[in-house]
Amino acid sequence: MSIWEYANPKKFMQTSAWALPWAVGLTVILLIVGLVWGFFFTPDDYKQGSTVKIIYLHVPSAMMAINAWVMMLVTSLIWIVRRHHVSALAAKAAAPVGLTFTLIALVTGALWGQPMWGTWWAWDPRLTSFLILTLFYFGYIALWAAIEDPDTAADLTSILCLVGSVFALLSRYAVNFWNQGLHQGASLSLDKEENVSDVFWVPLLVCIAGFVLLFVTMVLLRTRTEIRSRRLKALLARERVA
Amino acid sequence: MKALLLRDLRLAFRSGGGFGLGLAFFFLLSVLVPLGVGPEGGTLARIAPGILWVGALLACLLSLDRIFALDHEDGSLDLLATAPIPLEAVVALKALAHWIVTGLPLTLIAPGLAIFLNLPPAGYPWLILSLLLGTPALSIIGAFGAALTVGLRRGGLLLSLLVLPLYVPTLIFGGEVVRRGAEDMALGTPLALLAAISLGATALLPFAAASALRVNLR
Amino acid sequence: MLSTSDLAVARGGVTVLQGLTFAVAPGQALILRGPNGSGKTTLLRTLAGLQPPADGTYQLPPDSVAYAAHADGLKSTLTVAENLSFWSEIYGGHPIDQALTLLNLTQLTRRRAGELSAGQKRRLGLARLLVTGRRIWLLDEPTVSLDVASVALFADVVRAHLKTGGLAVIATHVDLGLPEATTLDLDPHRARVIQTTDFDEAFA
Repeated sequence: MSIWEYANPKKFMQTSAWALPWAVGLTVILLIVGLVWGFFFTPDDYKQGSTVKIIYLHVPSAMMAINAWVMMLVTSLIWIVRRHHVSALAAKAAAPVGLTFTLIALVTGALWGQPMWGTWWAWDPRLTSFLILTLFYFGYIALWAAIEDPDTAADLTSILCLVGSVFALLSRYAVNFWNQGLHQGASLSLDKEENVSDVFWVPLLVCIAGFVLLFVTMVLLRTRTEIRSRRLKALLARERVA
Repeated sequence: MKALLLRDLRLAFRSGGGFGLGLAFFFLLSVLVPLGVGPEGGTLARIAPGILWVGALLACLLSLDRIFALDHEDGSLDLLATAPIPLEAVVALKALAHWIVTGLPLTLIAPGLAIFLNLPPAGYPWLILSLLLGTPALSIIGAFGAALTVGLRRGGLLLSLLVLPLYVPTLIFGGEVVRRGAEDMALGTPLALLAAISLGATALLPFAAASALRVNLR
Repeated sequence: MLSTSDLAVARGGVTVLQGLTFAVAPGQALILRGPNGSGKTTLLRTLAGLQPPADGTYQLPPDSVAYAAHADGLKSTLTVAENLSFWSEIYGGHPIDQALTLLNLTQLTRRRAGELSAGQKRRLGLARLLVTGRRIWLLDEPTVSLDVASVALFADVVRAHLKTGGLAVIATHVDLGLPEATTLDLDPHRARVIQTTDFDEAFA
């Protein structure tokens, strides 16, 4: 059986209907366990005090903000190459979710930065990149919203996503070049494991898994809604002719 | 091919308005900023590179929607798409025409406006050079945005929303060249990167823009 | 030679015409008839290569088509001669004088297109066909806003085009009096059942 069978709307609706309850349940369990563990059962950091605990929201949402865009890029490519409608609709469904994660990362970052750096906002490369990523999400969502014909919208937003990804990478590089910044380095890479001790690390991993599943759940739900709305439009169009 | 470029230039000159408006906007911005920021020369000198680049970028943005919208309205875009010129070349030529009537004049008047903003003398050659290298990227990226939004009624505002994030790298490297130039610092890297963006965008974006146009004409 | 086989065309993702199989030989004209919204324009745009067919195929020689849409594609700030020479240069530099004469525009060459009447604009739009040097003309309501004399003038131009081995597909309600023309009624080909991609089966 080919993986492309899941790109068939009917097959997708069946599979996602089966998978959704599991995804929702797992998301809830992982998020509750991870967040409660992280917030209440980890020691305060010797330097940062209890403010450090915001990483359980900040790090996973920042990761998902980027992963959501990557997922949109992949699904856009699948739409351009193989013309699977589900793929285009999944990209459309993922965008607002990705935007929300980006905003959460920005807001939690500001809340964390205020006590740490003494400022809500700094034009640090990472912060600036996320701000620019927000702009890309806005543009992408606005383009979907502006075009009436769904296939035209899917084509144009896919092209924008492709070109946008190149320019987003360029911006990331440009911003690095432009300001060296005060944000701490990635604290999760394997070779830097000593940055974060296991006490913090394990609940963080649980939170990250929870956020990944949260993303999957939301995208599945939203894609199902999009498919239903396409079906509805098709039925209405048929009624008008008959 | 030459005919298309000449036609677009002739149309731009005959209809007036279009590109003169961009220059006037650039001028106004350079006058208004000191009024808002205050007359202190040191402050102005420090922000001059950024203001001049942002001003050029916004002035360029003003006329982007005209690149394809006018041809779309009167039907010439359909006819051009069925003509023996590849649509990619149409995009490139229209972006070139846009650059000649906006980017180039903006580059030429920028040194004059830099006087208002108290740009240090060492910055002038780099201001001209950075705009000369960077404004083609603004035109071709703008043409891509215009191709995406050509069929839409509220296209103008959406066009800004789509194009401005794409302008970020050009703006950063362009402003950086002038800032470093004004402070007598090494600027080879940002200058090379700015040129690379212009070249890369000119080489690749006509294809993306042409496919967007084909979708929009469908 | 232009031919289609089981061609279906779609507008906005909805199939409007289907099962079109016809052939037009050099020297022939095909008149498309059908009420508004029946898909005449969509069919012509598909044949012109502006949109892909929804189903079926069509064959025509490469680089042989000149398309004249509803809109004439004129630039109001350019003169009649400038408008026409632009298209002539785009299509490889055919002289414009004969086209101006045939469509009775010689008096107006230095007039700006924006100052022309609706019928004069249309004549200029049609003169564009002559400077393309293309064999296959796809014409969408070419006689709109033309007076009786101009329609006759235009019919002569089409007749001359057919006589020199050209062919034309014309969507029109006006009888052009072309003896070589066959009429294709689009009504039987209108798509009754809407096929909207593969979303139907999503809830089968």
